[in-house]
Amino acid sequence: MATLEIRDLHVTVEADNSTKEILKGVDLTVKQGETHAIMGPNGSGKSTLAYSLAGHPKYTITSGTVTLDGEDVLEMSVDERARAGLFLAMQYPVEVPGVSVSNFLRTSATAIRGEAPKLRTWVKEVKEAMERLSIDPSFAERNVNEGFSGGEKKRHEILQLELLKPKVAILDETDSGLDVDALRVVSEGVNRVRETGEVGTLLITHYTRILRYIKPDYVHVFSAGRIVESGGAELADKLENEGYEAYTKGGASA
Amino acid sequence: MAEAQNIPVGSTTAGSIAVAAESTVATRMSAPPSFDVADFPVPHGREEEWRFTPLERLRGLHDGTAVATGSGLKVEVEAPEGVTVETVGRDDARLGKAGTPVDRIAAQAYSSFEKASVVTVPKEKVLETPIRIAVHGEGGVAFGHQVIELGAFAEAVVVIDHTGDAVLAANVDYILGDGAKLTVVSIQDWDEKSVHVAQHNALVGRDASFKSVVVTFGGDLVRLHPRVQYAGTGGEAELFGLYFTDKGQHQEHRLLVDHNTPHCKSNVAYKGALQGDDAHAVWIGDVLIEAKAEGTDTYEMNRNLVLTDGARVDSVPNLEIETGEIVGAGHASATGRFDDEQLFYLMARGIQEHDARRLVVRGFFAELVQQIGVDDIEERLIAKIEEELEAAVG
Repeated sequence: MATLEIRDLHVTVEADNSTKEILKGVDLTVKQGETHAIMGPNGSGKSTLAYSLAGHPKYTITSGTVTLDGEDVLEMSVDERARAGLFLAMQYPVEVPGVSVSNFLRTSATAIRGEAPKLRTWVKEVKEAMERLSIDPSFAERNVNEGFSGGEKKRHEILQLELLKPKVAILDETDSGLDVDALRVVSEGVNRVRETGEVGTLLITHYTRILRYIKPDYVHVFSAGRIVESGGAELADKLENEGYEAYTKGGASA
Repeated sequence: MAEAQNIPVGSTTAGSIAVAAESTVATRMSAPPSFDVADFPVPHGREEEWRFTPLERLRGLHDGTAVATGSGLKVEVEAPEGVTVETVGRDDARLGKAGTPVDRIAAQAYSSFEKASVVTVPKEKVLETPIRIAVHGEGGVAFGHQVIELGAFAEAVVVIDHTGDAVLAANVDYILGDGAKLTVVSIQDWDEKSVHVAQHNALVGRDASFKSVVVTFGGDLVRLHPRVQYAGTGGEAELFGLYFTDKGQHQEHRLLVDHNTPHCKSNVAYKGALQGDDAHAVWIGDVLIEAKAEGTDTYEMNRNLVLTDGARVDSVPNLEIETGEIVGAGHASATGRFDDEQLFYLMARGIQEHDARRLVVRGFFAELVQQIGVDDIEERLIAKIEEELEAAVG
C-alpha cells in the first residue's frame, strides 16, 4: 500500500532579498485510500506544502524528509516525482500555447505509464472521462488552459487526475473560484478516483464548503507553517462554526 | 484569447488600424521608391524603417562601403523540363517589373548587380517537381537580382535555399500571369556570420495565387521585405513565415500587402521562436487597402514564443483602410513566453524537460510547417527545429 510520509519538513522561499521560512516542521502521513483535508487561513503555508511536494524550484527544502513508499521524493526531479505517483492539481494552472489538450494528455499519460497508450482504447478513455466531467469534446483541440474559464481549468486538472491515476493526489484549492455546479462536478470526479481505493488524497482548502461533497477521513488545521491540530471530519464542523481565529491568534503568540 | 499576455521584458507589441485618406505606409518611409541608390539618404538609424535594425552589423550594405567581391556567391538552378533559366544583363526588360526598391539597401542592390537570373515557366505549364535554386555563400559580398515569371495558368513550386557565408543584398521579383499558381519557399539557413537583406516583390495577376513561405534560421542579420501587389482582380496571396532566432541573431521580416485592386485576398501568418541573449526578432506587417480596392479580404497574424530570458521581439501589425466596402480585415499579434511555470506544469505531469520544450515548440510551428507542401523541406524544417532546441538545452 502506497504511503507518503512527510517528516519535520522545513521550507524557505526567497523574497525581497531575504529568506523567509514558510514551512516550520510539517509531519503528515497519507496512505493509499485515505483522504486528508488540510485547512487553514491564507498565508499559512498550505500551498507551499503542495508545491514543495511537487518540487517547484521556487521553494528550498532546508530540512526534513519526504518519502513515497520509502523512496526519497526530495531527491527526485519534478517529472520523476510525477512518474513515481505524485500528482498536484494546481490552483492556478498555466497556459501552454501551441500544445493541444489531446496532445498534452497523451504525452503525459505516455510518460506516467511508461508506454504510449493504445490509440483506440485511449481515445475512448479520454472521451468517457471528459463526458463524466461535462467537458465539451472541442476541448481536446484547444491549447492547454488557453482561454479556459476558472471552472474549465479545474475540470481539466481533475480530468488529468482521472487519467493519470496517481498514488497520491494533492489538490491545491481545487474548490476556489468555482460556483456550486462546477464544485459538484469537480467533487464527483475526485470521488470517483477516491472510490477506487487506489489513491491517497491531500485536499488543501480554505473553505469547508468542498467537504460537504468530499468527505475526509482526517482534517488537519494548518497555521503558521505547521499542522496545529488534527482530528476527524468533526473538526471541519468546528472550523465551519468558529473559523480560524483561535488558531491564528495562537500562531501569532507562539 | 491570450492575446498579448505574458509579455516578457524587452518585448513590445503594438498595432494600429488607420483610416486615412493619405497612406501612412508610404509616408513613413524616408524616401519614395526608386531604382537609384542615390535617391536614398544613408540611414542614421532613427528612421521608421531602420529603427529596429543594427546598422553597424550591415557590413556596409547601407552606406555604400560594401563592394561586390566578384566571386563568393554560387547560384545553382535545378529546373524541370520546359522551364527556361537565363542569365541576363542589367538592361533586360523583365527586371524590376514587379516592384521598385523601397529602401536604400534594395536600391543599392538594384544599382550594383551585374547579371540577373530569370527563370520562366511558360503559360499553362504545370510543373510536377519544384524548381530548386541553391544560393551558397563562400565568404564574399554580392548584389543580386532574381526574376521568377509564370505565364498564364502555369503552376510551379520554387525552393530558394540560402546557405554558407555571405553578405548579400538582393531583389527577387515574382511575376504571376493570370490564373497562375506559384509557391515560393525561401529558406535562410546561413552560417552564423552572414548578412542578408532582400526585397521580395510579387505581382499577382488576375485570379492568380501566390504563396510565399519564408523560413529564417541562420545568419547574423537577416532583413527581408516581402511585398505583394495585384495586377488584376481575384488575386490571392498567402504569406507564411517561420523564424527561429538564436543568441545574438537579428531577424527582421517587414511585410507589405498593397491591396491596390478590387476583390483580392491576402492572408499573412508569421511565427517565431526566440532563445538566448540578444536574440532579436522584428516583424512589421503592413496591409494597405486602397480606396479602389473594394471587396478586399485580408488577415494578418504574428506570434512569437520566447523560450529564454534576454530575447527581444518587436511586432508591429499595421492595417490601413481607405474604403469601407470590404469583405474583411483583421490583424493579431501576440508574444508569449515559455517560462518556468509552463515547464513546471508539464514536468509535474511526468514529462521530461527536453520533451516539454520540444512539445511546445513543435506544436507552435506545426500549423505553418504543414502549409509548405514540399515533403523534404517540411522534414528538414522539423529536423532543424529539433537541432535548434538541442543546442539550447545542451
